[in-house]
Amino acid sequence: MKEIVQMIVVLSLICTVCGLALSGYRDMTAERIENQVLMNVQGPKVKLVLDGAENDLIADRRKVTINDRQLLLFIGKKQGKDWAVAFETVGKGFGGDLKVMVGYDIEQNNLTGIQIISHKETPGVGSRVTKDQFTKQFKGLHIDIEIAPNQCPDEIDAISGASYSSKGVCEALRKSIALYPEIRKYVSAN
Amino acid sequence: MGLSKEFTKGLWNELPPFRLVLGLCPVLAVTKSAETGLGMGLAVIFVLTCSNMLVSSLRKIIPRKVRIASFIVIIATFVIIVELTSQAFFYPIYEKLGIFIPLIVVNCIILGRAEAFASRNGIFASALDGLGIGLGYTVSLVVLGGIREILGSGTIFGADIMWASFRPFTFMVEAPGAFVSLGLLLGIMNAFSKSN
Repeated sequence: MKEIVQMIVVLSLICTVCGLALSGYRDMTAERIENQVLMNVQGPKVKLVLDGAENDLIADRRKVTINDRQLLLFIGKKQGKDWAVAFETVGKGFGGDLKVMVGYDIEQNNLTGIQIISHKETPGVGSRVTKDQFTKQFKGLHIDIEIAPNQCPDEIDAISGASYSSKGVCEALRKSIALYPEIRKYVSAN
Repeated sequence: MGLSKEFTKGLWNELPPFRLVLGLCPVLAVTKSAETGLGMGLAVIFVLTCSNMLVSSLRKIIPRKVRIASFIVIIATFVIIVELTSQAFFYPIYEKLGIFIPLIVVNCIILGRAEAFASRNGIFASALDGLGIGLGYTVSLVVLGGIREILGSGTIFGADIMWASFRPFTFMVEAPGAFVSLGLLLGIMNAFSKSN
């Protein structure tokens, strides 16, 4: 009996101490890790989406709450004035979530471009949505464009053999355009 | 001196990948370049030394029947600390090592040393054991990674060192090249030890 009690006590103690130490360390590093992820994962993509911006896109980011959801906005400036805004939306691809960063020119109300932030698509097939050949089609599209739910608009050529991936990107775009009017209010107010 | 032997054995006699032939899976995967080999090696030194010391200090308290479970919890804790630290301070290396950082938990070397040595010896000896074997492991990874990087990409630690017309032998940075290089190095080391 004593043996069983000792086993339970020792194991529980070890697990508790380790668990506490780990959650403490995780809290300590959480902010730094968030910054690192922003700089290394989203940073390069945001730079591509807001190509031409003259400011530090990571430093000038803004957190806003829309419809009870927290969104991270990246603001691109030209000559000191707000020129474009980019934010991330999610669509459902073939293998899972497709995270897409869409950039908008707030003056002309058209797209500065898109970039795929992360995906779980089939390598060589659906993953081709990340290539320039697909994403460059979105540059210059106007926000009035009509997109049916989970379909690609007429202006976009889907990738043959990767219809789910292509539609997933377009769905992310549709959600993004739906949010744009609200987002627009948070920009160029300064 | 008795204790220094615990340290030096990890550098030749009980060199993990090449003498003990243990923990080979990550060895093959992270030695595409010398830099990733070094990063992985440093992570293993930290986990091995810390877990050896902690297991050794608790060796009289942990009941024999739950010792493996306890060792794994302790090892996993240090591995997660390494993972969080690399994510926070060395993100590029974290991206390159990817899933192999969490896989250190199931690396036979670490559990093996905890069971074979740290649970039966004092804290200082266990620390030296961990440091020695970890250092030997790191050197092995850097040497193997260096060979594969020089022949497979023409660079070392990212710097171009081959002549301009050198065409990289990309076989070396792929999986088959890893097996071949490891096998050749094993053969060379065996031949060297035999002749001594």
